[in-house]
Amino acid sequence: MIKTDVVIIGAGPTGLFCAHQLGIIGLKCEIVDNLDKIGGQCIELYPDKPIYDIPAVPKCTGEELTNNLIKQIKPFNFNFHLSDRVQELKNENNKWLVKTLNGKEFETPNIVIAGGVGSFEPRKFPTKSTEKYHGKSVLYSIKDKTIFKDKSVVIFGGGDSALDWAIELSNSSKVTLVHRRDEFRGAPASVQKIKELSDNKTINLITKYSIKDVKGNGSLESVEIKSESGESKVIKADYVLGFFGLIMQLGPIAEWGLNLDKKTIPVNTENFETNKKGIFAIGDICTYPGKLKLILSGFHEGALAARGCFKYARPDEKYRFEFTTASSTIKDRLGVKE
Amino acid sequence: MAKIKYIEFNGTEHEADVANGLSVMEGAIQNDIPGIDADCGGGMSCATCHVYINDDEWFRKLPEKEMGEDDMLDQAFEPKSNSRLSCQLIVSDDLDGLTVHMPEKQV
Repeated sequence: MIKTDVVIIGAGPTGLFCAHQLGIIGLKCEIVDNLDKIGGQCIELYPDKPIYDIPAVPKCTGEELTNNLIKQIKPFNFNFHLSDRVQELKNENNKWLVKTLNGKEFETPNIVIAGGVGSFEPRKFPTKSTEKYHGKSVLYSIKDKTIFKDKSVVIFGGGDSALDWAIELSNSSKVTLVHRRDEFRGAPASVQKIKELSDNKTINLITKYSIKDVKGNGSLESVEIKSESGESKVIKADYVLGFFGLIMQLGPIAEWGLNLDKKTIPVNTENFETNKKGIFAIGDICTYPGKLKLILSGFHEGALAARGCFKYARPDEKYRFEFTTASSTIKDRLGVKE
Repeated sequence: MAKIKYIEFNGTEHEADVANGLSVMEGAIQNDIPGIDADCGGGMSCATCHVYINDDEWFRKLPEKEMGEDDMLDQAFEPKSNSRLSCQLIVSDDLDGLTVHMPEKQV
């Protein structure tokens, strides 16, 4: 059990800057994110796209913004818990007990939800029949590639993950790659390699088809695919892999008894607290009259939520407002030597 | 201004007058028409504003897909050759009378 002042859900720009503000006022926090890297949408959706509306930064990419925020909170040495997701919240004696998917536990008076539009999850096959094979023979990510040795593997998708795994697994498995159109969005070199492997019959490449059904008797046996004009084919399959990118889903947040307005959480604008005491929501996931889904709004919301957290983390102390330019306490926290 | 018809997967029809310059996606969101999620808010990075243009003539008449739209559509729910992302369809008088069909779901 890790005891802390605040658990931040989401390591996007809003969560990161909130962590900075917590560090400045002397609070500790732990940051949990479902992705395997820090940065949220900035790093997952648009690492290379320039952003033009960060105050005093005329132009920066999602990756640059993330790297600068990481640098800004470095003095505080906060822990990140990546590739993990907050699953359960329980309130006991005014403390929140937080459990993650990987079994980590936190005790904290404050939770800040900076979860964007939810956590990134792999997009799944539209076919219902695939569900009973999920995690066994229908997979959306690969942890142990040795399970595919000498097996028939059918891969769906046209991006880098699909192409890279088709190339990799073709060494030791019978690979079929199925994609809905002739063009691939993967790297040109990978597309070229796939065409070579297809020409020399190392892999079976089928385009303009998509999944229709999976069949098996206990274990998966085959996958049926269809073209838009209605033709179908059945391919032997021990494993079916789908690589359709990631989608944002609210996930367990919807089950914590918070008021929800569509996929957003209403908050007050004084400290961004939700209807639950000690649970705050900031950034894209919160809503209030006049809400703008801008990174700069998320920064402001994080600064105020941090002060809101202070009240519960230090109930016997009075919060004192200080400037970073003037306060020697803050400079100590930042490790600044003058 | 264009009158756009949005048809949900279950057949429910909605009509909206959408101002020029807005996207077909924004027309749905502003009029609370269900079936288009638009998680990323129009950044062409989520494929949750996916629609079908069932009328061939209309499909050909629409502005061509920009680079990246088909890549995103690869990730949509049941994409077809008449699929578009409604955030990329900018309304003008020329789109008056357009009908878009929503997929069964967006994710």
